[in-house]
Amino acid sequence: MRLIINGEPLEVTSRTLGDLLGELDYEGDWLATALNGELVRAAARSTFTLNEGDKVEILTPRQGG
Amino acid sequence: MLKLYGTELSSRLLLGTAQYPSPAILMDAVKASETAIVTVSLRREMAGGKSGDKFWSLIQSLGVHVLPNTAGCHTVKEAVLTAQMARDIFATNWIKLEVIGNHDTLQPDVFALVEAARILTADGFNVFPYTTDDLVVAERLLEAGCEVLMPWCAPIGSALGPLNLHALRALRGHFPEVPMIVDAGLGRPSHAATVMELGFDAILLNTAVAKAGDPVVMAAAFAKAVDAGHMAFHAGMLEPRDVAVPSTPVIGRAVFT
Repeated sequence: MRLIINGEPLEVTSRTLGDLLGELDYEGDWLATALNGELVRAAARSTFTLNEGDKVEILTPRQGG
Repeated sequence: MLKLYGTELSSRLLLGTAQYPSPAILMDAVKASETAIVTVSLRREMAGGKSGDKFWSLIQSLGVHVLPNTAGCHTVKEAVLTAQMARDIFATNWIKLEVIGNHDTLQPDVFALVEAARILTADGFNVFPYTTDDLVVAERLLEAGCEVLMPWCAPIGSALGPLNLHALRALRGHFPEVPMIVDAGLGRPSHAATVMELGFDAILLNTAVAKAGDPVVMAAAFAKAVDAGHMAFHAGMLEPRDVAVPSTPVIGRAVFT
């Protein structure tokens, strides 16, 4: 299945957002996720089903002013 | 003591965490500033990356409040989603709301800002809106549910200092009870003292400290300037006058004739 992850197209096998983080080796505990412009809370990721062409955003804390 | 959305704070200086020469200097600058609030952002994490974790561990070790921002957002939708994602990570209702309207000046799109503030307030957020010094926009933000305002005094990172003292005085005068933090455009401690002398409640700094020759010393200098300005405002300052008035008593002076 082809997804757009942080703006980049990528072929993946995961069917849920929770599995996707594991497949892509996202190890950090401090991540925020959104799917197609909507927040997906950490607790909901494991049951959140992915579909062809979905746009996934994965953000993390950074320096800011 | 400064109180923002029900939280009492020991310092009137808020500090950004970007652009420091190193994480160690950032940590030392935060300590030297004696700030109680630092701002942070959210950015895309590369697959397998853990840079967010490292940075967040550093911030947590400082023991200060965290104010996430929506820096870089240009639309209401982007800003609202970023705020929601920030709440999911940081477990705080606080959000420094930025909706940028112009690439050159980085000035806020105040129309989108008010709309985003309304949406986020209704969703339970405590919004800290980065706004201009426009009085009517300030009024609209308060109507939208904001309990704190963050007017700029000059464009972000410009170091120009307060460009429109009249507008800042008008804001302070119209909303004497609203906590107001001057955010953006300060370049040197005297700028901070100037706006604090006008009666503003706090300032938010980043570039002026992070890009200083010695960020740690500059953080301490700003802390002193903020305190000095705040103390002076409450001590009652002398109004300027056009004629000289001798400070030494005239009566009893010797007359050599």
